[in-house]
Amino acid sequence: MNIDINFLGILIGAIMASSVPLILAASGELITERSGVLNLGVEGMMIIGAISGFALMVITDNLFLAIIGSMLSGLLLSFIFGFLTQSLLTNHVASGLALTIFGIGLSAMIGKDFVGIPGKEFPLLFVNLKEAIPLFGPIFFGHSIVFYFAFLLPFGTNYFLKKTKIGLIVRAVGDSPVSAANQGINVLLVRYCCILYGGAMCGLGGAYLSLIYTPQWIENMTAGRGWIALALVVFATWSPLKVLVGAIIFGGITILQLHMQAMGIRIPVQFLSALPYIMTIVVLVIISRDSRKIKLNTPTSLGQIFYKEK
Amino acid sequence: MIKIERHDETSNLIYFLTPVIAIFLTLVTGAIIFYLLGFHPLQALKFFFITPISDLYGLSELLVKATPLCLIAIGLSFCFKSNNWNIGAEGQLTFGGIVGGGVALLFYNHEGFYVLPLIILAGAIGGMIFAMIPAILKIYFNTNEILVSLMLVYVSKLLLDYLVVGPWSNPEGFNFPETRQFSDSARLPVLFEGLRIHAGIFIALFSVFLAWVVLFKTYLGFQIKVSGLSLKTAKYAGFKGKTMILLVFMVSGACAGLAGVGEITGPIGQLHRMISPEYGFTAIIVAFLGRLNPIGIVFASLIVALTYLGAETAQIFLQVPKYTGQVFQGMILFFLLASDFLLFFRIKFLGFKKYEY
Repeated sequence: MNIDINFLGILIGAIMASSVPLILAASGELITERSGVLNLGVEGMMIIGAISGFALMVITDNLFLAIIGSMLSGLLLSFIFGFLTQSLLTNHVASGLALTIFGIGLSAMIGKDFVGIPGKEFPLLFVNLKEAIPLFGPIFFGHSIVFYFAFLLPFGTNYFLKKTKIGLIVRAVGDSPVSAANQGINVLLVRYCCILYGGAMCGLGGAYLSLIYTPQWIENMTAGRGWIALALVVFATWSPLKVLVGAIIFGGITILQLHMQAMGIRIPVQFLSALPYIMTIVVLVIISRDSRKIKLNTPTSLGQIFYKEK
Repeated sequence: MIKIERHDETSNLIYFLTPVIAIFLTLVTGAIIFYLLGFHPLQALKFFFITPISDLYGLSELLVKATPLCLIAIGLSFCFKSNNWNIGAEGQLTFGGIVGGGVALLFYNHEGFYVLPLIILAGAIGGMIFAMIPAILKIYFNTNEILVSLMLVYVSKLLLDYLVVGPWSNPEGFNFPETRQFSDSARLPVLFEGLRIHAGIFIALFSVFLAWVVLFKTYLGFQIKVSGLSLKTAKYAGFKGKTMILLVFMVSGACAGLAGVGEITGPIGQLHRMISPEYGFTAIIVAFLGRLNPIGIVFASLIVALTYLGAETAQIFLQVPKYTGQVFQGMILFFLLASDFLLFFRIKFLGFKKYEY
């Protein structure tokens, strides 16, 4: 019986680990969207974060620098998006798509010299506790610092949006930029900050993949996680704690699908691999059906161009 | 100080000039990137944009690549014009390829004039049905069409993967992930001996003509344009919004399906894992670069097709990955969107006076 319990613990731990990049990217994008900006470039920013984190790790041999660098690169990429949509008032959807296409291309360009290089072992915390406690050990201990950060992030985001003044300002800007501007709030500055923060979190999510989760560089290694993160924000109806729930569900599907493949269940691999994407659609349908629920937290000005006559 | 003013009337000249500006800026930035990577910038650009089309074979390849891009972009222009964000054309292309390819495999040992039209029809219907999923979900459940159409890309690619590895794989194919070769009457005829350019180009050109007629000469085209400019006006005028959503998705899915079927019955001749090098995504850029205008899209598809060829040439001569093409494609769209600023805003230089309120 002991073995089963430990296996269950490891399984849950694995599910949580696989949901980390989704939590990071979705929490970042949530703040961006709450300020009224729809950035579809999540996938592009994640993949750039993944390669720059990995490249910096190889070059400097310093994991701390690699993590910081991946966040900076995501931030830089999101700055392009911010400049386009906020200063040049371009369409959010098209700009975000351009960002994703550009990011995937650029990451492969940078990454061509890093294919096949083995990654470095990332330091894990509380490893001794992982072995000592049955069931809960493998769930809560023996993970990287980014893992713990990711699981605290939604709570922090929730507190930030609901209890702090700056959080209120972000929400005001997202719901009614015109009235916010009339109150003397610098809408552009707030939105720029939210876009850059979102970019940094996406970069970190990407770096988690290339440095910790599967420590190596593979072209296109984010494999649509950026898009799932975007769907998660809708799934969560723009509320941070539900992002956590959603990310664990999606992480769960991914891991279960892998285990079903390993157990040799006679369903073609491709159908199992398609599960997370199909589930995303199903969940979107269930969530979106109730338009009142969606509208409750949706930033009213989401995706709209804001222009103030000066 | 500078002052930025919004102005509503835009001249047609600037409207079609900005794509040219965008391409120029992309080339300049591309040169800088190549320089930073340690290449001679002008030489690299030459390898990228001139070498690939300096012979007849290259020109034929350019048209081979431009054909699906043009077809898909024509379809997408219907969606984008009416504010429907179908970004899953890649999935609709794949599904069209699957359905058309399935029919082609049914007839693998048949010859007959009816085979090819059947396959093409099946492909178009396949793409159309696949595009109806996000449309119907949007209409009845209010789901976000961007996310649904995109998720379906992954689903269709995995389905194709399953089919070519499993039930549809060539029985004499030594377990390679590919189907049988299609029969000769299932192939689009090649236009010139020794070149790959095929009759699919006529399908693309015909669709350009059809799109032009529908968009500019019919009431339907008018409705599509009005819904894009203002949904409220469209509602007030009594246009059937839901039917419109379904219709534009069907058009764009059919076009993408046709592009898929054109690829498998044209240059490829069978089904395998990689029937499209992301044409469906790149066509989004083509649609924008062509200003959602059928004629503009023809030119845009040629230019963007060149980035595919250029990336392949550069891969051989400069050893840069073929993804470099995508960097250029992304940049074109960036610069295009950025130069749109000139369309709707006027920058006034007021001199260094103190700002007056």
